[in-house]
Amino acid sequence: MSDKASGEGIGQPVRRKEDFRFITGNGHYTDDITRPRQTWAYFLRSPHAHARIRAIDTSQAEQAPGVVAIFTGKHVAADKLGGLICGWTVSSKDGTPMKVGPHPILALDTVRYVGDHVAMVVAETLADARAASELIDVDYEPLPATISLDTCQNGNAEQVHPEAPRNTCFEWELGNKPETEAAFAKASRIVKLDLKNNRLIPNAMEPRAALGEYDKGSGIYTLHTTSQNPHVARLVLSAFVGVAPEHKLRVIAPDVGGGFGSKIFIYAEETACVWAAAKVGRPIKWTGDRSEAFLSDAHGRDHLSHAELALDGNGKFLALRVKTIANLGAYLSTFSASVPTYLYGTLLSGQYDIPAIYVEVDGVYTHTAPVDAYRGAGRPEATYLVERMVETAARETGIDPAEIRRRNYIRTFPHQTPVIMNYDAGDYEASLDAAMKAIDYAGFPARKSEAARRGKLRGIGMSSYIEACGLAPSAAVGSLGAGVGLWESAEVRVNPTGNVEVLTGSHSHGQGHETTFAQLVASRLGIPMEQVEIVHGDTDKVQFGMGTYGSRSGAVGMSAIVKALDKVEAKAKKIAAHLMEAAVEDIVFENGTFTVQGTDKSLPWAQLALSAYTAHGFPSADIEPGLKEGAFYDPTNFTFPAGCHICEVEIDPDTGITRIEKFVAVDDFGTIVNPMIVEGQVHGGIAQGIGQALLEHGIYDAESGQLVTGSYMDYCMPRADDLPSFTLGFTKTVCPSNPLGMKGCGEAGAIASPPAIVNAITDALGIRDIEMPATPARVWSAIQAATPRAAAE
Amino acid sequence: MPVVAMTVNGKPASADVEARMLLVQFIREQLGLTGTHVGCDTSQCGACVVHVDGRAVKSCTMLATQAEGAEILTIEGLAPDGDLHPVQKAFREHHGLQCGFCTPGMIMTAVDMIRRKPDLDEETVREELEGNICRCTGYHNIVKAILAASQEMR
Repeated sequence: MSDKASGEGIGQPVRRKEDFRFITGNGHYTDDITRPRQTWAYFLRSPHAHARIRAIDTSQAEQAPGVVAIFTGKHVAADKLGGLICGWTVSSKDGTPMKVGPHPILALDTVRYVGDHVAMVVAETLADARAASELIDVDYEPLPATISLDTCQNGNAEQVHPEAPRNTCFEWELGNKPETEAAFAKASRIVKLDLKNNRLIPNAMEPRAALGEYDKGSGIYTLHTTSQNPHVARLVLSAFVGVAPEHKLRVIAPDVGGGFGSKIFIYAEETACVWAAAKVGRPIKWTGDRSEAFLSDAHGRDHLSHAELALDGNGKFLALRVKTIANLGAYLSTFSASVPTYLYGTLLSGQYDIPAIYVEVDGVYTHTAPVDAYRGAGRPEATYLVERMVETAARETGIDPAEIRRRNYIRTFPHQTPVIMNYDAGDYEASLDAAMKAIDYAGFPARKSEAARRGKLRGIGMSSYIEACGLAPSAAVGSLGAGVGLWESAEVRVNPTGNVEVLTGSHSHGQGHETTFAQLVASRLGIPMEQVEIVHGDTDKVQFGMGTYGSRSGAVGMSAIVKALDKVEAKAKKIAAHLMEAAVEDIVFENGTFTVQGTDKSLPWAQLALSAYTAHGFPSADIEPGLKEGAFYDPTNFTFPAGCHICEVEIDPDTGITRIEKFVAVDDFGTIVNPMIVEGQVHGGIAQGIGQALLEHGIYDAESGQLVTGSYMDYCMPRADDLPSFTLGFTKTVCPSNPLGMKGCGEAGAIASPPAIVNAITDALGIRDIEMPATPARVWSAIQAATPRAAAE
Repeated sequence: MPVVAMTVNGKPASADVEARMLLVQFIREQLGLTGTHVGCDTSQCGACVVHVDGRAVKSCTMLATQAEGAEILTIEGLAPDGDLHPVQKAFREHHGLQCGFCTPGMIMTAVDMIRRKPDLDEETVREELEGNICRCTGYHNIVKAILAASQEMR
């Protein structure tokens, strides 16, 4: 392999191909695209958490300057459009399917959260549309709102949907109840904890946007939108909403400025824009502002749990039982039912050999924005619960936190947990050891004493996490209620001049696929990376794809590329054999050259590519002209990234301010294609986890249902000076279930870090629990509550 | 409508604008320079930072008319065509960007920061970035890139 090729190969920190356009201001995000005769949409949103709409009078607004059209739920209903759907059906323990309230694109007679969509104004400019929206007279009858998770299932709580009594969408269970009860009966110790997993608001930096167009001549609709999965958007918009048949709808997700889950979902705004583009006969653009993003992007987390862990006399875990209430918001979002169930309950075994587990999850409706997948999706909630329980068990038994983990780690693989998952590979102690070494765990007592001399409280906390990624084997998810298969597709198109386009159903919105995927292809074909173009995000170019979420693009998306490359190589060898008059079994392909084994005959890649298209003298029965192959890859198992994060904090007892002194993350992601990019993914995940643990909280007023954290002045985003630099390390067990041995790295940081931080804070303060986010006010109050009055005086 | 005239990336730019038009709207919508981004509506995120007469300014915090006669520099004009500014180079070299949305504002802020404070250290960089929000990188590599560029430009 040439120096250049080895410098770009798998495992190299290749600088990103996509960066040039972003650092020079030449990216193309949805809002950057402008069309001739373009109009602007503005959505009038509900100011009430719950209200009946008696009437909507748009007559005055229609006369306002620049207004082109105004649409309400009646127009949508008149066109017989379907509502937005949830693509995953969860059943209750009694076997009944989840209870789904309708989710109209524009409200018909009821609004169910502050920010719910009431009308769309289309006008010549955004300012015109916004001004006109204020002239729409909506006659609301305000109704009481159900906000709190504590009380939403009470008999007297206001109903969000008549279809779901007690606001309960499903009462799901997983695991083995009798075995769990039996294990608890013989336990020598039971550790109990009530835990809240705070509501988060995703906040990708690019607000959601859409540009809908309709071409009258062809009848084709085109939607540019901020999506992590444009093909899924097209499928939902055609098959379920009925905007247009699939072959008459093109969905393009161009450069997308971050997603973190929130851009998986199909929302009302893009649906309305593309539908109405045909009505007004002009392109319609909508770009959400940050306030709209806070109100209407799907939120994340928001669990209330009670957990109990049974131990024997040696600190060995016997059983775990969990009861969780999970907020689904006012409507089911695209994948919301799967998040607190199959992405949560299935990870409650953590890294531990727990013989019996039983979990019950009630998915409940409230008059708040829909809750769906946000970075980690279910797995952070599971990890938080497990790692807080393990830490509490360590403290109650007096066993060192590292030691109690060691006593319970799974050590043989494959390992079947009591909650569906079959872990394929891992070495949990290796990451624990590496993380303890990196943070100098043994030196902590000395650092704690030193801090105490300065009047500061120092604490250390760890988290041994596992996640299920590489979503997912289609048969497995199908049996669990998914409405889609979770394979991925790829197509490798070799051009006559030898350069290559790779079409992938994965979608990059920050992950660097244009680089990592090109690294794979270039090293496999022995050509420079600049001769490889990664094409994604356009349903007219890529035939189909499931998109990017759940840390799946490496393990699933790249596996599809490997499969397509296998086919390309097989055909190329056939052509090479023909051209060099040899048997195909004797052809060797290495470093971009085809050779006939045992001879000096060779053929470079570019010459073969050209020959594939000139096709002169091909035996037509045996070899078709051209060199283009596609593949669909369906994973055989989930992948199981795992690792250990350790956090050391110092708290100022006078102010309650927590400083993260050191944060160490040691992760096992299997094979790493580009360590620079992987480290970047871990950094970003940890930052979001620190945000959850210390800063971020989506709060609704319990009475009015107003979102009180609806801007960057109220919702505390992590800023540069809130965070430390991170210390990263990697261990490696190869994933046996995909060709490259990859596990996925996108969510680990957000999954692992919150419990490590809270374990550190509670260690520093010597308290049992503190609610996230552990703000200075909460920490200070905890210190006051724990301090005997005499000492304070 | 008032007429506003300024210099943008070395070229004269003028237009009739609504009095309420923000500088960022003038740059994006009037001039089609879409490298400057809008990430919030409360002047918190810094995605829209440009240079006005050599100083970093959030272009959503001023009206286009307030930039009358000013020299505006946007991300597109930071380096001559085909070349990169040392800060742009450092962001690529140190993987200081992921989705790229906050990046133009980050880079324009960093250039101004390095000009004002030639002896940057990590703590100062982190304090100075208070007005720029990134959701992807955890700032780790942004801080690294700015420190490296600052060394390079010394």
